[in-house]
Amino acid sequence: MTDSPPATTQLPAQSPPVDPAETEAAGAHATPSHAAATGRLSWWHGDSGEGARRNLALVGVLVALFAIGAATRSDLYSNPDWVWANMLSILKLASVVGVVTVGMTFVIIGGGIDLSVGAIVALAGVWCTTVATQSFGAGGMIFTAIVVGVAVGLVNGTLIAYGRLVPFIATLAMLVAARGLAAEISDKQTQISQNSTINGIASTNLLGIPVLVYILAAVVIAGWVLLNRTTFGRRTVAVGGNPEAARLAGIDVKRHTLLLYALSGLCCGIAAIMLTAQATSAQAGMANLYELDAIAAVIIGGTLLSGGRGTIIGSLLGVIIFATITNLFAINGLSIEAQNMVKGGIIVAAVLIQQVQFGSLSLFFRRNRLTTS
Amino acid sequence: MSEQPDSGAPLVEAPADTVAGEVVLRLTDVVKTFPGVRALDGVQLEVRAGEVHCLLGQNGAGKSTLIKVLAGVHRPDSGLVEWRGQPVSFANPQAAMRAGIATIYQELDLVADLSVAENAFLGHEPRRLGFVRRGQMARHTRQILGRLGHAEIPPGRMVRALPAAGKQVVSMARALSHEARLIIMDEPSAVLAHDEVENLFRIIRELTAQGIAVIYISHRLEEIREIGDRVTVLKDGRTTAANLPARDTPTRELVSRMTGRTIEYVFPDRPEGSALGEELLQVEGLTRAGEFADVSLTVRAGEIVGIAGLVGSGRSELMETIYGARRAESGTVRMAGRALRPGSVGAAVRAGLGMAPEERKSQALLLGEPIYRNVTLATFSRYARFGFIDAGREQAEADRIAESLEMRPRDVRRAVRTLSGGNQQKVVVGRWLLGGTKLLLLDEPTRGVDVGARAELYQVIRQLAAEGVGVLLVSSEVPEVLGLADRVLVMREGRVVRTAQAGELDENTVLDLVMAGSLMEGAPA
Ligand SMILES: Nc1ncnc2c1ncn2[C@@H]1O[C@H](COP(=O)(O)OP(=O)(O)OP(=O)(O)O)[C@@H](O)[C@H]1O
Ligand SMILES: [Mg+2]
Repeated sequence: MTDSPPATTQLPAQSPPVDPAETEAAGAHATPSHAAATGRLSWWHGDSGEGARRNLALVGVLVALFAIGAATRSDLYSNPDWVWANMLSILKLASVVGVVTVGMTFVIIGGGIDLSVGAIVALAGVWCTTVATQSFGAGGMIFTAIVVGVAVGLVNGTLIAYGRLVPFIATLAMLVAARGLAAEISDKQTQISQNSTINGIASTNLLGIPVLVYILAAVVIAGWVLLNRTTFGRRTVAVGGNPEAARLAGIDVKRHTLLLYALSGLCCGIAAIMLTAQATSAQAGMANLYELDAIAAVIIGGTLLSGGRGTIIGSLLGVIIFATITNLFAINGLSIEAQNMVKGGIIVAAVLIQQVQFGSLSLFFRRNRLTTS
Repeated sequence: MSEQPDSGAPLVEAPADTVAGEVVLRLTDVVKTFPGVRALDGVQLEVRAGEVHCLLGQNGAGKSTLIKVLAGVHRPDSGLVEWRGQPVSFANPQAAMRAGIATIYQELDLVADLSVAENAFLGHEPRRLGFVRRGQMARHTRQILGRLGHAEIPPGRMVRALPAAGKQVVSMARALSHEARLIIMDEPSAVLAHDEVENLFRIIRELTAQGIAVIYISHRLEEIREIGDRVTVLKDGRTTAANLPARDTPTRELVSRMTGRTIEYVFPDRPEGSALGEELLQVEGLTRAGEFADVSLTVRAGEIVGIAGLVGSGRSELMETIYGARRAESGTVRMAGRALRPGSVGAAVRAGLGMAPEERKSQALLLGEPIYRNVTLATFSRYARFGFIDAGREQAEADRIAESLEMRPRDVRRAVRTLSGGNQQKVVVGRWLLGGTKLLLLDEPTRGVDVGARAELYQVIRQLAAEGVGVLLVSSEVPEVLGLADRVLVMREGRVVRTAQAGELDENTVLDLVMAGSLMEGAPA
């Protein structure tokens, strides 16, 4: 910079308000930012509001689905009793996958994925309905289902956290293996549940609401509290959001990863009881493709697939939206195929929204997506 | 990008029509708001061809936001941006690059799983018939790296495998791979050691000699004096002074225009003949092949020990090994007499160690989470009973830290992602200031922190030491090590080459020790 003095040495300031001569005054008068004035709204515009806004949008989708139902089957919807009963049946339909989804939400926020949930439900269902297990009564059956679920989850977690397998691969292998074991145990037969207490879980109403719905509510509330109010939840977000930062902050990332898969297994155990009660039987093919339903619900609910952010309420709304669509197609007598196409479209839409909301920075340099000015 | 097949020609030759001294960029009353924050509140800026125009301002003043407006990342809400006489509004970063504005961002934005060459030419790879010309790309990258004084970085190496300073070089290479008329550098020196900064300045001089304009952001005034031509000062999103001469404007004036007050940029006094406690940390013969060898050191309670050395001298690796984030091949780390389990951060934290790592974004922060949750990331279980966190207490504690470090904005529920770089750094360091830590490992704690907040941070560290906390400090800024530490270790190529009281060393001695391949008495004093 020795050779271009005119450009570099002092020039008359070009913009009057910032003349150096005035800086004393400018410094003194510089006002604080407007943050204070707008701070009150910041929960809504700011980051903490993102989840809330999104969930509100999901509620909007539910209202729209309700409106579609009312428009297409006004004959049914004109009867309030039918509407109430239909809502309960939607919730009942959502309950089993809903419980699985709570566990899945934790795993995905924690940066993993669990493809084996459907298989775990089947294995736990089959194991708790063997003749030997049934001889211990309802308590023995519930205990067995939960122990099997947690144990399989621990195996998943150990492989992933300590064996350094990619979650996708480890749980895919478990999907195959657990269904195989379930077929082995049941000898590919359907095992009837003789236990009236277990079967009653699906057929009993309390205060007019099915017990299955209470179970879903209990699991969702427990999951919400665990995620939002406890150290376990805090670790989950840290481990999924930035594992290196979590590790350097003294969090035992491996142990926590293990626990996340165990938690998912626990939810599968609970779901196994619920599903067995609904069918009054269990077989190796039960809970088919639950992993897809659960993952789809989690994505629709706004949880980042890359981990570190997500909500239980969003996942619950995702499950209910799917159940409502199923219900909508059923009451209109439409095919499962059409229904699956609509669900696929919803998943794509949800992911697109997610990219617009969170992914703007990563899109930043992906040249081919960007148009020129 | 297909319309400029040879955009890969990387040599930074100024476009032929560049006239030195002509105003290339003018901003008038530029405003940019984020939800709840007015980041730019009427900015004026004028940049001429061939000059180094420095932007000064406190953390959160709006410097990075301003350059993101120029780089097409953000669109201004109002105001005028004139580029080479034409009003412009860049729709995206590519548009700005095509117009001749290249940017090195404060937070590295490299793709970790692409090679050095792929990163350097990301978005404008030399192509023929739609195929990337990999050979040509590698050749150009090698040329640029050579110009940058880093011919040793292989163009084919994955960026993930590079150290922090190497990544900085790659982002510089990316900016130089464009045919640019204006190169913007947002705190490029923050991750660089002394000799690297010299290197950077040499490159900047080459660029400006060709008539290319440079916007240079740094919190180090001495750098601005050395390389800058004119200075524009921002405060709370406004220009408070424009086009000051970089060399002759008194520091006092610059600081008062930045902060609205005067700050004594000095280090806190060392307590006189202070009674140091007993030895807290004892490291013996610590070795990791290729990183550092046979390092022994001690830190007493209440003592601040500084480590000086170049980036790549093994300082950060040593810190991480003491902390258990890396496993030593041989040697022991003892804390208050008890050996720490090697390779276990958990054990180190339980023994009372805490480390603020070198790279805030990848090693320390949960960007989407609120400030307070980041501050308490290592300690949240302290505010919990039976696993349930008392969020009120947690926020109050985080708020106390935010206050003492002058974090802005002060709302601790804001996502860390929305903070300016320097304020993010305060979050990283603040995490370990909540109390309960007996030995603090600080790796470049003031990276990107402004002059005023730096003084606060030094006070806080000194205060902790006075309370009996031991501190091990790594910094690329020699004055910082000499000013803050009681005792200084100088590292070169993975070995401690000198240990001395800070008072016995001066900057030049340390620099000589750090750099020299010359005759050094290798024995620690
Ligand atoms: N994406 C964003 N959302 C909300 N607020 C933001 C966002 N980016 C920046 N801000 C706010 O804008 C203000 C200016 O930030 P900016 O990063 O420009 O500061 P800076 O001058 O570069 O500071 P530093 O020296 O610390 O890098 C800060 O208050 C910051 O919190
Ligand atoms: Mg900045």
